[in-house]
Amino acid sequence: MSAGSREAKLTTVRTARGGLSLRLDARAALVGAALLLVALAAGVVLVGTGDYAIAPGDVLRTLLGHGNPGQDFIIRQLRLPRVLVALLVGAALGMAGAAFQTVARNPLGSPDVIGFGQGSAAGALFVIVVLHGSSLAVSAGAVTGGLLTGLAVYLLAWQRGVQGYRLVLVGIGGSAILAAVNSYLLVKANFVDVARAVIWISGSLDGRDWAQVWPLLGVCAVLMPLLLAQGRDLRITEMGDDAARALGVRVERVRFTAVLCAVLLTAAATAAAGPIAFVALTAPQLARRLTRSPGVGLLPSALMGAALLVLADLAAQRAFGAGQVPVGVATGVLGGGYLLWLLVQERRAGRI
Amino acid sequence: MVDQDSPPRAAAAPRAETAARSNAARGAGLLVALAVLLAVAAASIAIGAKDIPPHEVWHGLFHYAGSDDDVVVRKLRLPRTLLGLLVGAALGVAGAAMQALTRNPLADPGLLGVNAGAAAAVVTAISFLGVTSPTAYVWCALAGAAAVSVLVYAIGGSRSATPVRLALAGTAVTALLQGWSSAVQLTDSVALDRMRFWQVGSLASADMATVRRIAPFLLVGAVLAFAAARPLNAIALGDDTARGLGARLTSTRVTVMAAITLLCGAATAACGPIVFVGLMVPHVVRGITGPDMRWILPYAAVLSPVLLLGSDVLGRLLTRPAELQVGIVTAVLGGPVFIALVRRRKTAEL
Repeated sequence: MSAGSREAKLTTVRTARGGLSLRLDARAALVGAALLLVALAAGVVLVGTGDYAIAPGDVLRTLLGHGNPGQDFIIRQLRLPRVLVALLVGAALGMAGAAFQTVARNPLGSPDVIGFGQGSAAGALFVIVVLHGSSLAVSAGAVTGGLLTGLAVYLLAWQRGVQGYRLVLVGIGGSAILAAVNSYLLVKANFVDVARAVIWISGSLDGRDWAQVWPLLGVCAVLMPLLLAQGRDLRITEMGDDAARALGVRVERVRFTAVLCAVLLTAAATAAAGPIAFVALTAPQLARRLTRSPGVGLLPSALMGAALLVLADLAAQRAFGAGQVPVGVATGVLGGGYLLWLLVQERRAGRI
Repeated sequence: MVDQDSPPRAAAAPRAETAARSNAARGAGLLVALAVLLAVAAASIAIGAKDIPPHEVWHGLFHYAGSDDDVVVRKLRLPRTLLGLLVGAALGVAGAAMQALTRNPLADPGLLGVNAGAAAAVVTAISFLGVTSPTAYVWCALAGAAAVSVLVYAIGGSRSATPVRLALAGTAVTALLQGWSSAVQLTDSVALDRMRFWQVGSLASADMATVRRIAPFLLVGAVLAFAAARPLNAIALGDDTARGLGARLTSTRVTVMAAITLLCGAATAACGPIVFVGLMVPHVVRGITGPDMRWILPYAAVLSPVLLLGSDVLGRLLTRPAELQVGIVTAVLGGPVFIALVRRRKTAEL
């Protein structure tokens, strides 16, 4: 990707005596701003989409506090939390994916590929079908299942260090086993539970309210700045452990913090919306291609994730009607297609 | 990949003699395998939710008189066992052929998305084209399986395919098609209810009509696969050597792809996606027979139904009087085998 003529133009901003300096990537900043704009615009359209359609102008007016009471109720109580959850979940997944991919030094090192999705689906199904738990318990089950699966896959792939493709293949094997367990749980369930479970495990934004927004916002507000603070050192570790150490980066600590933050962000996103497929895989790669940067950036990936998820939800709602198809199905189709395209590209470049 | 680290057995000095002896041994082994298969098939007929004493089973099979036990044996267990035999053999032969064709130890029709292709085609047909007849399901499944095998093979890099690339292409296609299938099912709750049982992979709904319906497809597929055994042996040595030995590469590839599509498509149409049977059995078989496809294929055809019927019987025993679908048992048994294979192979080979 990094042909000489396509390198990003960098601007450096320094204070007068050079004590403080900041590297500015003009293209990345522009792309980031554009993505933010797209995400917010799509969010406004999404707020207006549903059984009772509201024009974007009215949505904006209501959000600024000048709407009529009926629209005010629909937007503030019903639709706004859903869109906020979409934005936050997308951003969390995008940023977590970027951190995973940087640490794994491999575009495939994402939670989807290592079985996190099937694992959290198994956890959620167990709670729904066997324990008949509340929605809070389902979230907890999903997070536990995902974390345990990720850990197990990582340990099984460990042989004097984890090699990228072994991790991917072990993840595929683990996912196949869990998929069988999941379908067993689905067959055992009664029809009402099945409908609830199928929607939950494909990742859905339906019926999300402020009770989901606040915890997610809290987690993001703590973890995202923490992860962003590691961004610079994380980039340097991509040059290899020795080089990074020579440049004064404490490699193990940076890597551990990054993975921990990424795992927690993924878990929080899954608890709020279910295992939404492939956003963590695609968002960082798309952002990298748009910003033409050599590695995946944390902030552009987060913005791309938010934009992707809101657009996918919008597409699902518009194509099939409101509340019919959960957003995870749309991202699954989009992400699967993107993974295929990525494989073709990587093959042409001779990397896989 | 055909096991290259084991030394070619026929290379020893008194060549003809050794080959003859080992062929005799392999033939004897095949007879033993057949005996095991008979035993498992007998168990599959004798064991089930209803306790039926052995002499009643015998009576039901050979002196059918229409009593309750006779009906259970004749109408439920016999078709189920026959279907298990056919589907197991089909998946094993398809897996062995696929591993030889792609020179890939991890190839499996389930992992490479062939089953997902058949499933997506059936869902689409049920929901959009209003297809209801089981015969039409088979054709749809075949079309879906064919399209996906060509696609995965092409994206995986056809001749230069590596295990990782094929597995990833299979995963991506599976994700895409599963997304599609679940979107269709969620908008059509009747389809959801019908599909959730089919998707598990089960022999439970077997009847003689299903057996008769898929048997011709499986027969043609098996004949094609066995006809390609010799050229597949040559292909294992690499494309150039194979060409030098007089194998016609393109026609072999087309034949084998057609065989895999027929076998997997028909098997999937009959009892849903069953993973890992096509992966595990050929590995076991290669340990017994060595790398010769002319022996691997018949062994796989005999031993795969042993695994499938065995899993089915196990599924019936574990949660009696309910039962565990066979696709679940094979996945839970096969997943660890797959992971062990991944761990054992050297990185260079992956």
